[in-house]
Amino acid sequence: MDVSAGDLNAPHSMGTTIIGVTYDGGVVLGADSRTSTGMYVANRASDKITKLTDNVYMCRSGSAADSQIVSDYVRYFLHQHTIQLGQPSTVKVAANLVRLLSYNNKNMLQTGLIIGGWDKYEGGKIYGIPLGGTILEQPFAIGGSGSSYLYGFFDQAWKEGMTQEEAEQLVVKAVSLAIARDGASGGVVRTVTINSEGVTRKFYPGDKLSLWHEELEPQNSLLDILSTGSPEPMVS
Amino acid sequence: MNSFDSNPATNSLISSEADSQRTLYPYVTGTSVVGIKYKDGILLAADMGGSYGSTLRYKSVERLKPVGKHSLIGASGEISDFQEIMRYLDDLILSDNMWDDGNSLGPKEVHNYLTRVMYNRRNKFNPLWNSLVLGGVKNGQKYLGTVSMIGVHYEDNHVATGFGNHLARPLLRDEWRENLTFEEGVILLEKCMRVLLYRDRSAVNKLQIAKITEEGVTISPPYSLKTFWNFSAFENPTHGAEGSW
Repeated sequence: MDVSAGDLNAPHSMGTTIIGVTYDGGVVLGADSRTSTGMYVANRASDKITKLTDNVYMCRSGSAADSQIVSDYVRYFLHQHTIQLGQPSTVKVAANLVRLLSYNNKNMLQTGLIIGGWDKYEGGKIYGIPLGGTILEQPFAIGGSGSSYLYGFFDQAWKEGMTQEEAEQLVVKAVSLAIARDGASGGVVRTVTINSEGVTRKFYPGDKLSLWHEELEPQNSLLDILSTGSPEPMVS
Repeated sequence: MNSFDSNPATNSLISSEADSQRTLYPYVTGTSVVGIKYKDGILLAADMGGSYGSTLRYKSVERLKPVGKHSLIGASGEISDFQEIMRYLDDLILSDNMWDDGNSLGPKEVHNYLTRVMYNRRNKFNPLWNSLVLGGVKNGQKYLGTVSMIGVHYEDNHVATGFGNHLARPLLRDEWRENLTFEEGVILLEKCMRVLLYRDRSAVNKLQIAKITEEGVTISPPYSLKTFWNFSAFENPTHGAEGSW
């Protein structure tokens, strides 16, 4: 099996689909759950949405090791920062700490991150930190290899001022669409919703998601189809 | 000019596995910046695109920023490096203000500072992957200069980065003159930006124009340009030569 080196200067594709969306009152973070090593799925139920503080979470994509160590360092710094500050950290501070690590170690790290959270000063905020360590505050952010399939979707489906339900449904639909087309994304859809009231984690297993083009309703067995089907189900 | 060095494909000559600290290639990039001198000061234009390779990933990136009271900077290239440059410049301006001596850094000084930073990083084989345009007015004196990622720097009545050098400068050489009014300057810049929109793959149709005069800096809100496609020659270009383009 020949693997070509490809264009080394094009951005690296990353296994995963991650999304962060602001809505009127907070943010919704979403991700798939597939971790792959080459062609093998090492973990089919990973949790890519990591807690940094009680009110700030981070979606991780790219190298699992790199994104985990960045989150560990930032969690450590933010913990101390919270103690010194005497109140919850702002989302902006958390995001800028992540940027510092990403930017200053840009030659060694290969991880794209989305930071989302809620604080009393600015409300719900999403910050995207792609490869290289650029920091961009956005109304919504998408990342990971699966995101390639979502640019058109979001151009059409995104609206300002959604409700929490609308935002959650949008995120679930989007991750589900990306999973359908991206080999490096799969498993379940996880969402984390953060607002003034706190944090809510939700879990959407495959059977809870809509079916897309050319996907069929899952069955227990062929035998079930045969027994309920038309007289000539088996065609030679 | 600097195209050989700034082309990532050719930097294999200067990079090796052992180097832990050097920018090998850019990830999120901005395209051209165009600047001109006009009657009251300087006008800068840049679109709001942040490309990720061939994907037009970000469409609201502000690439024009004020620097202190007398200068305006526009950046193309790696956005994370531009954000870092802004931190350096904010520190520089802060230190200048702390002297509290009534003096303030003018555009010539800021341009020189940037040149030193860019050139020194280049000498360490760890460049800030940007081409910058620096414009400003101090004590009635207009200043417009540019610095590249390898430290090449110069001033002129009109400057540009990247594709702007190839597409905008020829237009400016033809149509720029001393003491353009604000309106004439904007129309000229928009002409350049429209051509870039047609011909630069990484251009996006959302731009800002910034103005700096003795009074201060104004950066326009984002806006889009009309484009023109209604030419008879465009309607059926391969008529009589099917398969051609």
